[in-house]
Amino acid sequence: MSLDVAAQASLGDFRLDASFISDSRVTAIFGPSGSGKTSVLNVIAGLLRPERGRVVVDGAVLMDSAAGIFVPAYRRRVGYVFQESRLFPNLSVKSNLLYGRFFARQDDRYALIDEVVDLLDLSSLLPRGIQALSGGERQRVAIGRALLASPRLLLLDEPLASLDEKRKQEVMPFLERLRDQAHVPIVYVSHVLAEIERLSGTVVTMAAGRVVAVT
Amino acid sequence: MFSLTQEEITAIKLSLRVAIVATAVSLPIGVLIALLLARGRFWGRSLLNALVLVPLVLPPVVTGYLLLVAFGRNGLLGRWFEEHLGIVFAFRWTGAALACAIMGFPLMVRAIRLSIEAVDRKLEQAASTLGASSLWVFATVTLPLIAPGLLAGAILAFARAMGEFGATITFVSNIPGETQTLPTLIYTFTQVPGGDPAALRLTVISLALSLAAILASEALAERIRGKLDAK
Repeated sequence: MSLDVAAQASLGDFRLDASFISDSRVTAIFGPSGSGKTSVLNVIAGLLRPERGRVVVDGAVLMDSAAGIFVPAYRRRVGYVFQESRLFPNLSVKSNLLYGRFFARQDDRYALIDEVVDLLDLSSLLPRGIQALSGGERQRVAIGRALLASPRLLLLDEPLASLDEKRKQEVMPFLERLRDQAHVPIVYVSHVLAEIERLSGTVVTMAAGRVVAVT
Repeated sequence: MFSLTQEEITAIKLSLRVAIVATAVSLPIGVLIALLLARGRFWGRSLLNALVLVPLVLPPVVTGYLLLVAFGRNGLLGRWFEEHLGIVFAFRWTGAALACAIMGFPLMVRAIRLSIEAVDRKLEQAASTLGASSLWVFATVTLPLIAPGLLAGAILAFARAMGEFGATITFVSNIPGETQTLPTLIYTFTQVPGGDPAALRLTVISLALSLAAILASEALAERIRGKLDAK
């Protein structure tokens, strides 16, 4: 696994100028809110197009402004679990889970439905509607949905931030299982040091739009 | 009092046909224009918005007359449609449908536009990270979410078409069996001695149709609001 990210962008008053290289299976991006962590994820996912930059995942160039390369988000195969689950309210849990799988090319599909359902303990949720899920359950479904698209890289943007303490304790073990059992490199964003330490890996520390340390 | 004559049944049927065709043909165009107005950032957007809305405030007779000038057999657009598509509007039911479509268009576009603006774009972003191209995102996320607004807009436009009078009578006149719709027939009855019972009959039908449409449209709007709250 190798991840090479560089991005320069002006977002209103905020200036993003960040670059880092990581070769860990888990890369954590740590920093206070407003330090540009989510913007970095958006650059990796293709949701934000920086003025200058580069995103290379395992040799696959997803963006390189110098070479004029910008692969659109839907062709990047970069899974994204947002702070708020962003599940589709018009679809059932099962249809949400299978959404990305439908678009994945046959050759790219490595995620197996049964494995993902087991990993995240989703079987009892399958027939339900989105409205009937708790916050923690929603995040688990969102992780499953991203995994089943068979991404080459999985981005997690503070997946515990919108949950209360009890729900956090409920979801955390699933994140650890995800790290240990899912065959996908992870970039994990958080402003809580305890979460970062629990998942370990390379830690990229950001402040005011810049990378201040990589450890 | 409530047995309808052949003439009245013909007018009701024609009104239904005109309203259905007007709504069905303008719906896809309405979605496209609503998308442009809700999300497009282009020069002339407010002009387009004004053009779409202007039939709401223009005297219908003016709209009808403009249609006659543009879509009459000697009008620029009228000639183009006749030569290239074989469609004649002047003094035909198709012209009544065109007039109704234009008069109902502002209501339709407004309803669809509001529902598009209510769509959480973050959901569309999520879909794109899952591999959906913009066309797929529209078909699988945006369209289902705006479906109630689409339906509400269509119902309003349909109801407006059922009641259209001024533009229709100016553009395509009041020809029994061809362009004589429910409202123009009511008008005819009010102009002849002894026409009152018939006019009243048709008025009741017209009122019932309009009320049903408004109720349906409001109920759908309520559902959209409920959905947004649920999030």
